[in-house]
Amino acid sequence: MAEAIFEVFRGDRAGGQLATYRVPIAPGMVVLDALHHIQAHQAPDLAVRWNCKAGKCGSCSAEVNGRPRLTCKTRMDALPLDKPITVQPLKAFPVIKDLVTDVSWNYRVNQKIPPFEPRHDADWKMFQEDVDRVQEFRKCIECFLCQNVCHVLREHDEMEQFGGPRFFVRVAGLEMHPLDSRSRTRMLKETLGIGLCNITKCCTEVCPEEIHITDNAIIPLKERVVDEFYDPVLMLVRKIRGTA
Amino acid sequence: MTTQYETHEHDVLIIGAGGAGLRAALGAMAEGAKVGVVCKSLLGKAHTVMAEGGIAAAMANVDTADDWRTHFRDTMRGGKLLNNWRMAQIHAQEAPDRVRELEQWGALFDRTQEGQILQRAFGGHTFRRLCHVGDRTGLEMIRTLQDRGVQLGIDVYMECAITRLLKDGDRVTGAFGYWREQGRFVVFRAKSIVLATGGIGKAWKITSNSWEYTGDGMALAYDAGAELMDMEFVQFHPTGMVWPPGVQGILVTEAVRGEGGVLRNKLGQRFMEKYDPKKMELSTRDVVARAIYTEVREGRGTEHGGAYLDISLKPAEYVKKKLPSMYHQFKELADVDITKGPMEVGPTCHYMMGGIRVDAEAAQSSVAGLFAAGEAAAGLHGANRLGGNSLSDLLVFGRRAGLAAAEHANKISSMAIDPGQIEDAARSMLAFFERSDGESPYTIHRDLQETMQNLVGIFRNEEDLSRALEKLEKLKERTGRLSVEGSRLFNPGWHLAQDLKAMLTVSEAVTRSALARQESRGAHSRIDYAGPNPAWGAKNNVIVREGSTMALRQTPVPEMPNELKQLVADEK
Repeated sequence: MAEAIFEVFRGDRAGGQLATYRVPIAPGMVVLDALHHIQAHQAPDLAVRWNCKAGKCGSCSAEVNGRPRLTCKTRMDALPLDKPITVQPLKAFPVIKDLVTDVSWNYRVNQKIPPFEPRHDADWKMFQEDVDRVQEFRKCIECFLCQNVCHVLREHDEMEQFGGPRFFVRVAGLEMHPLDSRSRTRMLKETLGIGLCNITKCCTEVCPEEIHITDNAIIPLKERVVDEFYDPVLMLVRKIRGTA
Repeated sequence: MTTQYETHEHDVLIIGAGGAGLRAALGAMAEGAKVGVVCKSLLGKAHTVMAEGGIAAAMANVDTADDWRTHFRDTMRGGKLLNNWRMAQIHAQEAPDRVRELEQWGALFDRTQEGQILQRAFGGHTFRRLCHVGDRTGLEMIRTLQDRGVQLGIDVYMECAITRLLKDGDRVTGAFGYWREQGRFVVFRAKSIVLATGGIGKAWKITSNSWEYTGDGMALAYDAGAELMDMEFVQFHPTGMVWPPGVQGILVTEAVRGEGGVLRNKLGQRFMEKYDPKKMELSTRDVVARAIYTEVREGRGTEHGGAYLDISLKPAEYVKKKLPSMYHQFKELADVDITKGPMEVGPTCHYMMGGIRVDAEAAQSSVAGLFAAGEAAAGLHGANRLGGNSLSDLLVFGRRAGLAAAEHANKISSMAIDPGQIEDAARSMLAFFERSDGESPYTIHRDLQETMQNLVGIFRNEEDLSRALEKLEKLKERTGRLSVEGSRLFNPGWHLAQDLKAMLTVSEAVTRSALARQESRGAHSRIDYAGPNPAWGAKNNVIVREGSTMALRQTPVPEMPNELKQLVADEK
């Protein structure tokens, strides 16, 4: 039977290294199957997060051959097998053990976002064409791959000043909800630091749900921030009125 | 030995953070209770996220003739009248309000032309009844509940597992568990506990369930002396993926059939004509699962041992819009474009109708202070659950359990925790590390899955079930001698060792109940007792711990009031 060679990160906060495992290949196999095979036969304490194994829960994110992926959707037959397949934890977050990282920062950011607040006169009639764009944002499975590849987080560690693409998508879903009554533009600018995003679209490229993160969420939100805080006419009016 | 552990205190402790657990938390918080939610995975990853087709609620947005009575009748008939009628009534009456509430918290369902929540057809439902968001309804639901909980300041203990309920005399007063991350122990003191831990599918080999579905809540309740009911009724969803091997069992939503998909065997025959000519593909899940199984067994299966499910007769854009995740799932995992050709599907272990026996109004178990909701609880679905009735179950009875748990907590002034029970629970978790030459928990788990798959599957008989009981005994002995490698730091092998104990408890309960029920009804099919037996139709099997043995007895199915009997009997 054909075999694949895996090099999987084994270690914890104190450090670690790649360990080599040989895994027999079955038709249609995905990387997560291989990790389960390693757990069952070679390393029972290999730490891996997973749940649905069908690309719906966003638990099994890792970097396969250096590319951030859901391991449950990464087919072995799409990877070159003449060299070892490396599997490493998401780089942007601190390692807990092996492929499991500490993603609790994301949950803390989420807590800062003001929730949905329906308009007082809401009659709860909404039309499909009005909810289509919000439904795109609500497809997010919180795999945090977009957070992992975002330069602002991955290279510059701006966790304190920046919310990251996941939460721009979440805010877009609230801001563009047909019946929402709040404005979150000030918090986008000040708390989530949307200005730091320089729209390189890395987040969009890795999204397993194919959400157009940059084009449909981040850019329209940036425009809202610009309209509210940097509109030259409004700035002039505010200056004259002394309300700036 | 003095065990090191941290302690947290809550009025209401909720175990499980899927739809039922989160809705219970919101219910208890609305009553002013201090609520804690414990979950084995990260928040938002619970199995609810995998629910695809929709939430059944008689909103009558699409078919205006629908009302709670029809939903009630469909649920009772689907459950072969073994349901707790009062639960089925409450469920049908309250589901629409629970859906509206979700919308008011920010959920965005697909819409009708008139701007209302769109509803689709599903197996066993007389009318188009399932409120949905494409084929990712569960994700919408869990995200909405999760965000609502975060906003209200819920305390969530993520990646934390409970291994024992702590009791003071006859009532529960707390729970013992461990943090998956560091392996440290934790004790929760609580006046009420809600079990919302979901099902048991991980005891079978071919299953749509995730690693979390190991029957923890049912085993915790059983150990604490609570009754389990209807444990023989395990739902095999008719349509799981069958190829390639790695994806075997992954769910293919019933919405494919709801949207018009047809089933054929390898001869091209639309075989449901033989099994249920009236409802065809939208027959109940027990019937469709047996039909596919029978076609395959009689040699009319597909190349990989399934049936063909074809939605490609619908326009490609429609399929991608209504079933986006199915489209991607097959394209990416099986190289099949479902807009162009058929899927191969076969039965997969999916849902547990049985579980913790609770009272209909307050979702309380037979142990004071211990509540249960959602898949972990029994009663609503009887012998077979209709698709879409699970998400509504989570909302209706999650809320009721949360409210009742908070009310119960209000009446409790003091609670005692017995340090001896904590020491014992800690000892049993650490014992796994004591041996170095035992078997791997993964090997025992694989053998358990083989046993349940082969001997306690869709079709059962006395010989197989008796053999299963013998094998389960041996598996229990092996589990007592297994060894765990590595440290307590995020160690899945250690976690599985503990989960195995729960799986063995529920597997035994399923097998004993299946052996006792000498008839075929709903999801329980006995080759040696074909067809329903009216005497068994009046009884529920109940499992309870007596010392160290599992005792089984029968209890009469609660009798419906006459007007509801009439409703169920009405030919419509």
